[in-house]
Amino acid sequence: MNATATKTVVLEILRQDTTESTPYWEKFELNYRPNMNVISALMEIRRNPINSEGKETTPVNWDMNCLEEVCGACSMVINGRPRQSCTALIDKLEQPIRLEPMKTFPVVRDLIVDRTRMFDALKKVKAWVPIDGTYDLGEGPRMPERKRQWAYELSKCMTCGVCMEACPNVNSESNFVGPQVLSQVRLMNAHPTGSMNKDERLNILMGDGGLANCGNSQNCVASCPKGIPITTSIAALNRDTSIQMFKNFFGSDHMVD
Amino acid sequence: MLKDREFYLRRLHSLLGIIPVGLFLTQHFVVNHYATRGPDAFNAAAHVMEGLPFRLFLEWFVIFLPLMFHAFYGLYIGFTAKNNANRYGTFRNWMFVFQRITGVFLVVFIAWHIFETRFQAAIGAKEVDFNMMADILANPFMFAFYVAGVVAATFHFANGIWSFLVSWGITQSPRSQQISTYVSIIIFLALTVIGVQSLFAFV
Repeated sequence: MNATATKTVVLEILRQDTTESTPYWEKFELNYRPNMNVISALMEIRRNPINSEGKETTPVNWDMNCLEEVCGACSMVINGRPRQSCTALIDKLEQPIRLEPMKTFPVVRDLIVDRTRMFDALKKVKAWVPIDGTYDLGEGPRMPERKRQWAYELSKCMTCGVCMEACPNVNSESNFVGPQVLSQVRLMNAHPTGSMNKDERLNILMGDGGLANCGNSQNCVASCPKGIPITTSIAALNRDTSIQMFKNFFGSDHMVD
Repeated sequence: MLKDREFYLRRLHSLLGIIPVGLFLTQHFVVNHYATRGPDAFNAAAHVMEGLPFRLFLEWFVIFLPLMFHAFYGLYIGFTAKNNANRYGTFRNWMFVFQRITGVFLVVFIAWHIFETRFQAAIGAKEVDFNMMADILANPFMFAFYVAGVVAATFHFANGIWSFLVSWGITQSPRSQQISTYVSIIIFLALTVIGVQSLFAFV
């Protein structure tokens, strides 16, 4: 099917009216314009919500924000692969373009999902550098410049949820926290001030639904749009928790370094 | 309670797969390889194993209990995954799927294998020797079942070594994980040759 030759774009969208309702497919055929991406196609449907059968329908709902692949909001499953719809160019996609919500998360409506569980996970592992106090704590220890450059790669995570969708162990059967938060634990533990709470974060990851649920399929690193070395982070945390486990059991004066 | 222990259970599962289950598997294959030297050599080796001091203790604590924990907890792990190799057809994702498929198959195979050999000997119905295996493997379907069992076991063990190294944080860098993949492939091939050669010696 070569829709671009006939100057149309065909989209098949998995729609869902409410959180509980049954999903259904709806097909749309749009006029082709140069340099379209999935979002501009969705905007076209919003402007003129008529499906391929010529019937008027409700506009398709989706989430978006930055439109330059740094916020993570517009993630959806496009032709079977989770990715950001803002950087999914129509010219580079096989038609019909199939859009589905990332069903690993609760579907709110159409392509909008509720990504709260990832933000909850960040809170759970204390993915921040605690500096609040009743008085000025002053400057923290210096971070070596080369380490800062290395850590910057980990900080690129935009909590988009693509790795969560790609991971076979993140599903309704399991309470695995998922790959997304793990790299952030490594990032915070690498920070000179953040590392003062290293043992707390590791102990949280050694709890219910934590790190150990990783099954090493390595889909997360293959799918990450930001190229974050997630599986290296997981292996690094596996090592850290191995050591933490022995420290906890045998005792250590180096719980916090 | 069990949920809070998940980390330790998973680590125990990973460890027991190598020590002692994987080591026992290797030892089992090595002893079985005596079959290639003829029935007498195999029977002599089998009798040495049978006559080991503290045999029941060794069997229960080195084989049965670790194996049962690894098998039953492994089933739980296997069935909590939502396989998606059709979406992500990478080598590692396929290994993830095969690790689970072979694991489930091995629970069935090993249960049958123990019932057919060790259990029969325990109730005094048969004696574990060359003829017993020759009788079993004379049936082409059982022979195919045993070949599948051997290949599944060697794959599961070899790939398990790879994931053991990751799960305990030994191989962290992508390069070390790549090299341990090659090493696990060599272990898989070597053990498969040893195991299948032994099977052919019985027919």
